[in-house]
Amino acid sequence: MPTMFDRIWDRHVVTTLGDGWDLLWLDRILLHDLSGGRALREVAERGLRVAEPSRVFATPDHAVSSAPGRTASTFPRGAQLLDSLRRNCAEQGVRLFDLGTRENGIVHVVAPEQGIVLPGVTLACGDSHTCTNGGVGAVAFGIGSSELTQALATNCLPQRRPGTFRIRFEGSRAPGVTAKDMILHAIGRFGAAAGTGMALEFAGSAVRAMSLEERLTLCNLSIEMGARVGMVAPDNTTFQYLAGRPFAPTGALWDRAMADWRTLPSDPDARFTRDEAIPMTEVAPQITWGTSPEQVAPITGTVPTPEQARSPAEAEAWRAALDYMGLQPGQKLEGTKVDWVFIGSCTNSRIEDLRAAAAVLAGRKRAGHVTAWVVPGSEEVKAQAEAEGLHRLFLDAGFEWREPGCALCVAANGESVPPGARAVSTSNRNFVGRQGTGARTHLASPATAARSALEGAITDPRA
Amino acid sequence: MTPFSSVTGPAAPLLAANVDTDVIIPIQALVGTGKDGLGEQAFARLRYRSDGTENPEFLLNQKSWRGTPILLAGENFGCGSSREGAVWALMGMGVRCVIAPSFGDIFHANCFQNGLLPVRLPMDAIRRIAALSGANGLTTVDLERGVVIAPDGEAIPFQVDPRKREALLEGLDDISLTLRHAEAIAAFRDRAQTERPWQ
Ligand code: SF4
Repeated sequence: MPTMFDRIWDRHVVTTLGDGWDLLWLDRILLHDLSGGRALREVAERGLRVAEPSRVFATPDHAVSSAPGRTASTFPRGAQLLDSLRRNCAEQGVRLFDLGTRENGIVHVVAPEQGIVLPGVTLACGDSHTCTNGGVGAVAFGIGSSELTQALATNCLPQRRPGTFRIRFEGSRAPGVTAKDMILHAIGRFGAAAGTGMALEFAGSAVRAMSLEERLTLCNLSIEMGARVGMVAPDNTTFQYLAGRPFAPTGALWDRAMADWRTLPSDPDARFTRDEAIPMTEVAPQITWGTSPEQVAPITGTVPTPEQARSPAEAEAWRAALDYMGLQPGQKLEGTKVDWVFIGSCTNSRIEDLRAAAAVLAGRKRAGHVTAWVVPGSEEVKAQAEAEGLHRLFLDAGFEWREPGCALCVAANGESVPPGARAVSTSNRNFVGRQGTGARTHLASPATAARSALEGAITDPRA
Repeated sequence: MTPFSSVTGPAAPLLAANVDTDVIIPIQALVGTGKDGLGEQAFARLRYRSDGTENPEFLLNQKSWRGTPILLAGENFGCGSSREGAVWALMGMGVRCVIAPSFGDIFHANCFQNGLLPVRLPMDAIRRIAALSGANGLTTVDLERGVVIAPDGEAIPFQVDPRKREALLEGLDDISLTLRHAEAIAAFRDRAQTERPWQ
C-alpha cells in the first residue's frame, strides 16, 4: 500500500522515461532574486516562454537588505538581481511579490502563508530549503538553475523517484523542546547524509500534536539530513491553517480539495525504504557545536573529543570543526560566550517563533556585548508581530527589529557576522563562512537564541 | 552542455566528508555576476588568505594538483545549498570529474546539467587512488567504458545512470528531450485540471 509520497508522486507522472525516470508535472514553481531573473531570461534566450506562468510565483529575499527602512537599492548588487527579476517576471507574465508589498518575504515563508503550497501538490524552487513546504503535505523540492530553466519552460522535470524514509517522533515533548530541537536531534542521530536519495516523512504522536508552523520548521531541515523532500501528512491542523489564505481554494472547490486531501496520508501498512522511531524522552533542547548540522549536542552537554569519533576521518573532521569554531574538546557548551544572536530565516522566522523568543525576552535586556537581530520571515509576519506588540519587546530588550528577508542566514545581502564572532542563530546551516567569513555559528531554537542573548553566553532556555 | 567522454590527470585528494556548496563557492561570488570568472572563486575561503594572497597549504594550490581535472572527495560531497554556481566554479577551475563515495542530491543533479561527471566509488578505493596520485601518478576516468583507471593501472568499474551517461556523452540537454513529450504534457494538464482544479 502506498506511502503519501508515492501517492502524490504517482499522480504527477506525465510519462515514464525508462531506467527509473519519470517526467514529473509541477503544480507550483517558486522563484527568488538570486536565480529567478536569470532562469527566466534563459528561457527567453532559448526562444521559449514560461509554460504555465499562473503557476509561478516570485519574491525577492536573498539579496535584499534587512536594514530598517531599506529600499531595493540599499544593497546595490542585490538591486541588479531584483531589477532582472522584475523585468523578466513582467515579460513572462509571472506574479511578483515585490519588495515592500504585503506578500513579500522569504520564499518558503511566503508560500504556505499565502496558501500557494497545498497538500498533494508538487512544488519546485531553485533553493534547497524548498523542502520546508512539505510541512503542509506537499512534495516540494529544491533544484539547480538549469533544472529551474527547464521547469519554467516545460512545467515538468525528469526526475528519479527517491526512496522513502519515515521518522516517527513518539511520545510527548518535554517542556522547552521545540520542533527545531527535534530535527537537530534527528540529524545528529542519523547523520547529514542519511536522507540522501530519500523523501522523508515525519510522523508519530509528537508530530501530530504540532502546529503547522512547527511542521514547517521540522521539514525545513530535511535537506540538512541530505533529503530533498520532507513531509508531514495533512490533517485538521493543516486545513485550519490553510483555510482563507489568499491562494487557497474557496467554497465548493475547498470542500472538494479537502475531501481529496484526506485521502493523501500513507496507508497504515505502507512500506518505507527505511523506518525509524525516536522516543521523545530522548529529545532535549539542542545546539550545534561544529560546522555541519550533524555536529550537535544537547545544550546541557559538552563538545565531544575527537577520540569519541567513529572513524579517523570523522575525528579529523571534528578537529577541523573545533579549530574553526574556537572550541576545546570536552568543554561545556553552556556558558560559552556569544557575540551575536540572529532570530530569523525560513527555519524560524514565523509568528510563533517570534512569540517564543519575545516571551523569553519580555522585560529583560540583552547582555551588553551582544549584537542581536530579529528578521521576520515576511511582511505578513512583521505586521502581525507589530500588531501584537512583539517588536516593542524586542526593541526594549536591545534587539534590532529589521525588514523581512534571508539576511544573516546566508549573508548574500551585504550583511554578515564578523570574522571570529560567535553567533547563536535560528537558521539551518552552520557551514564554514555561511554567516560571513570566519563567523562561528551555533544553530538552536528561538528560545535558546533569545535566552543566550540575555545571558551573553550559550544558555539552556529552561534554566 | 559540455560533452564528457574521458579525462586524465593527477587526482587531487580533498577527502574531508560533507564538503558543502558554501565551501565550494561562497554565496557572495554569486550575487550580481554571471558564470564567468567563478573558477577564480572556487574554494575561495580555503584557497586564499585574508589578505587575498594564495594559501600555499591548500591542496589545489600545490604544484602537483593545480589545474587537475579530477577531484577525489569524501562522503556527501556538495551537500547543502542548491547553487549551481558550485558546479560552474569547479568547472571554471578545470575540474571535470569528482570521485566520492556519495554526493549531495541537488549538486549531483547539477553536475549532469553541465558536463561535470560525478563518480561514486567506495571510500577505500578512493583512498587507494589518493595514495598513488601525484605528479607521476595519473588517473583516468573513462565514461564510455565506465571505469576509473588508477595510477597503478587497476581498472575500477563504476555505475552511472544510463540516461545521464548518454546525455553526458552526447552533451544533450533536458529541455529538448522533455519538449519531445509536448503532447503527453498537454494531455496531462487537461486531465489534472478536470480532476483537481485547485491544484
Ligand atoms: S532563509 Fe536561508 S535557508 Fe531560507 S531560503 Fe533564505 S537563505 Fe535559504
